[in-house]
Amino acid sequence: MTMNWNWELLSETGLQFFGEMSASISHELKNVMAIINENAGLLEDLTVMAEKGMPIDPERLKIQASRIMKQIRRGDDIVKGMNRFAHSVDEPLRQAELNDTLGLMCTLSGRFASMRGVTLELEPASAQISIVTNPFFLQNLLWLCLDFAMSVTGAIKKVVLKAEKIETGAKICFSKLQELGRKEPGPGSFPGEREAALLQALKARLEIQKESGELHLLFPAQAER
Amino acid sequence: MKVLLVDDEHELVSTLAERLYLRGIQADWAISGEEALTLAEKNTYDVAVLDVKIPRISGLELKRRLQAGSPATKFIFMTGHGSEDDFKNCAAETGEGCYLVKPVNIEDLIRKMNELMKGSGD
Repeated sequence: MTMNWNWELLSETGLQFFGEMSASISHELKNVMAIINENAGLLEDLTVMAEKGMPIDPERLKIQASRIMKQIRRGDDIVKGMNRFAHSVDEPLRQAELNDTLGLMCTLSGRFASMRGVTLELEPASAQISIVTNPFFLQNLLWLCLDFAMSVTGAIKKVVLKAEKIETGAKICFSKLQELGRKEPGPGSFPGEREAALLQALKARLEIQKESGELHLLFPAQAER
Repeated sequence: MKVLLVDDEHELVSTLAERLYLRGIQADWAISGEEALTLAEKNTYDVAVLDVKIPRISGLELKRRLQAGSPATKFIFMTGHGSEDDFKNCAAETGEGCYLVKPVNIEDLIRKMNELMKGSGD
């Protein structure tokens, strides 16, 4: 079973994924620090002005303080996401709640989406949908699908994600992919070797629904060790 | 000196603009390349401070388009990444001295802008 996996490709794509996400997270944290830096700097500027006898509106100080607090909360959320992502390599098989995983992937991919002018929309499922799987491979596969999905949104510029429970396990659907049918096959086409290796490792299946502009990932309720 | 600040983080550019104003520097700000190009159609800027990674139009592409409309404008790049690639690309566009890593010290930024205005930014 696992002996047939393409470990070299899985390692390569996994490291690339880890690197991409880490770089994006560090960029986000740098922005948080840059905003705190400017807001704290402005507070300092106002203090210097007050020392020179210029009155400061207390409301102004409150605004500055609340802006700093907002960025601290943002930074805290980023670090929490980073921590969850980092712990996804702890165990080769674990129960994963798919709404939760999709939420994490939307957060981690937010900057990539924003750079492309694409909105990610997570359609919440009515109930919890859990599968036993390799959490890191799952996130890697979701990222590759999301990266591709963002390139075929057309003018809609939106990807809608939804997890559903099915008889054999669970399904994740990427929809609103207006240009899915128009993507020419060729080098770098989707799905490629990396997606195939991850699908094999997760015992998952990918369906490309060109007419409806949807990608479906189908997972068994329990992947094999 | 008239300055254009471009970064997709609204709070970053608006606050930086206010701090520059308190130091006697007039600064407009934009949170996208498109907004920056619209502002540049109506105003002439001595210096444009651009984030390297902004949505849709990259900082490097924006620099080329702003420069086409205003060849005298000087450019400074800001980045959160500080990656080797960013540094090389920005240095190739503007010279090594015109690349600042966030968070930026405002006095360093003003010093850099003044150097550029005097023609010694590289």
